[in-house]
Amino acid sequence: MDPWSRLREHTQARIGLGRAGDALPTKALLEFQLGHAKARDAVHGLADFDRIASELAPQEAVHVSSQAKDRAEYLLRPDLGRQLAQHTLVRGEYDLALVIADGLSATAVNRHSVGVAKSLLQRLSQWKIAPIVLVSNGRVAIGDDIGQALGAQVVAVLIGERPGLTVSDSLGIYITHAPRPGRADSERNCISNVHANGLSVETAAQKAEWLLSQSRKLGYSGIALKENAGGLVSS
Amino acid sequence: MSRYACQLGNKKYVFPDLKTLMARATPLRSGDQLAGIAASTDEERVAARMALADLPLQQFLSETLVPYEADEVTRLIIDTHDKIAFEPIAALTMGEFREWLLRSTGDEISRANQGITPEMAAAVSKLMRNFELISVAAKISVVTAFRNTQGLPGRLGTRLQPNHPTDHLAGIWASTLDGLLFGVGDAVIGVNPAGDNVQGCVEILKLLDELRTKLEIPTQSCVLSHITTTLEAIQLNAPVDLAFQSVAGTQAANEGFGINLSMIREAREATLSLNRGTVGRNVMYFETGQGSALSAAAHHGVDQQTLEARAYAVCREFKPLLVNTVVGFIGPEYLYDSKQITRAGLEDHFCGKLLGLPMGVDVCYTNHAEADQDDMDVLMTLLGVAGVNFLIAVPGADDVMLNYQSLSNHDVMGLRHLLNKRPAPEFEAWLERIGFMMDGRMSSIESVTGLRLLEANGSLV
Repeated sequence: MDPWSRLREHTQARIGLGRAGDALPTKALLEFQLGHAKARDAVHGLADFDRIASELAPQEAVHVSSQAKDRAEYLLRPDLGRQLAQHTLVRGEYDLALVIADGLSATAVNRHSVGVAKSLLQRLSQWKIAPIVLVSNGRVAIGDDIGQALGAQVVAVLIGERPGLTVSDSLGIYITHAPRPGRADSERNCISNVHANGLSVETAAQKAEWLLSQSRKLGYSGIALKENAGGLVSS
Repeated sequence: MSRYACQLGNKKYVFPDLKTLMARATPLRSGDQLAGIAASTDEERVAARMALADLPLQQFLSETLVPYEADEVTRLIIDTHDKIAFEPIAALTMGEFREWLLRSTGDEISRANQGITPEMAAAVSKLMRNFELISVAAKISVVTAFRNTQGLPGRLGTRLQPNHPTDHLAGIWASTLDGLLFGVGDAVIGVNPAGDNVQGCVEILKLLDELRTKLEIPTQSCVLSHITTTLEAIQLNAPVDLAFQSVAGTQAANEGFGINLSMIREAREATLSLNRGTVGRNVMYFETGQGSALSAAAHHGVDQQTLEARAYAVCREFKPLLVNTVVGFIGPEYLYDSKQITRAGLEDHFCGKLLGLPMGVDVCYTNHAEADQDDMDVLMTLLGVAGVNFLIAVPGADDVMLNYQSLSNHDVMGLRHLLNKRPAPEFEAWLERIGFMMDGRMSSIESVTGLRLLEANGSLV
């Protein structure tokens, strides 16, 4: 028996690849390139917000943009990706602002955001939820601008996470109570790794529901909330 | 009145202070643009270099970039400056210093290194092309030792990095075996732990130590936890060979890492007291990287390459075994593409060597930077030619814990063969004894056979 198959049970690391001279065998070389290609396509691809909006119907959705005008500027200027460009969002009395931002993986948003959003809407049927905001070239903190503009108690940002070589479509969910510009990362709760081989859409929505409910009840989010969450939050 | 100026035809470029002059002179870098301190045109950049070239080195001893009163790294740099070592270069301008480096032998440069401040090293690098950064660094050797000897001419060290996303011990073990089969791991077998709790770190330390003693490998291991965690591990009698810490070039950025100089000093003394080295007493391992100060909002308007060189002042105070820049890890907002990553890797290696550090590099990139494995091939080869002390390797170039790409075990073995470089002598002798290496080259054995040879030398189950 190949001893490597025994060792591979313990890690996803690319061990026991074999050699061609000093280099990788062709198959391993190309598998690596495929992983990197998928990751790059996820970073540079566009989220299909038209389709996402139509799949979210009848729930209303609004498309906005950050101050980063394209992907290149988005990658170079994280500060611009955190700020909302001119918009027509209308302030209301909302319990929740739900935001879907492309982040660093359009693939993740295209695959998983509608599922998570719909499940959340169903679970939070008693909540007053603002029109869903779809953001091009957005980073996590843009939820602060949006939440404040809408006058929402809590904001949940569904966003594409930085793709790895093995997983390029991982979605993250960030929850911030009383959103306003300047909120620190320690004031947010994160559910990470939502993808086919990670957290399922339903489990993610369930965790988000719990965090949102706790956050609304306690009046805060972040580290303090996580400490009280026990095994429910895996971030 | 502005103190630094360059007249180009009808246009006069003025720079209000030394840190602005340095920032305008530095090669284009997305992190400096993000900080709003980069030159706004190519011509302004060269004008700043022209002004910098005419500046006496002495100026760097009287004008600090980060205030002395506010910053313990500045105080360290100024208070430990060696006037006698500085003497041979004391009368030079920065432009003349570049020429002096190109003309001098490695020994002459090394003798001056305690007289060279990080700011001088950074400034002169801004006047040098890539090939010059390579050829000057190649003249300088910095030798350190713990259980083997790193940095000898004709040698290339390697860090084996067997990370696992949940610190699963069997997974770390498997990746370690994979690296050993390629002759990787003489610089250190070093794990970045996924969690920073002391019990978890102690378990990894014990595992690595068990492997090392069973196979009688003349190398050192390290768990790259926060230095306070390492101190706790020492108090729990864990087998700590090296104390690790990430460091930066300003006091405020180091505070962001939760450290200061006295904490590093305490950890070094505790590690030294364990007396575990056999051929040397260099017990510190540091990692650095351009952009860390800006990302901690602690950059004082100083360019990221100069701040990186200042981090080396922190390193050299503690006589490390190993220092490496993690050059492409930080992302495109600091180093946008392979051109910037390559240049930064060569600058960091050059400045480290010039200041007398045992400088290694983690040749790496993230998936949102404009770079790929071809670019890593180029930088790795350039650094090999430049005489880098060590490189980092992970199985198949894919770090499954930190989610970035580094070099593979294959890459560093191939580079050693290509450039006729060998591992540390003690480690080479071990590789020969176990049957992995002959006449300075790794044998082309199948990996299954390799595992059996390891098994034959110590039970691994």
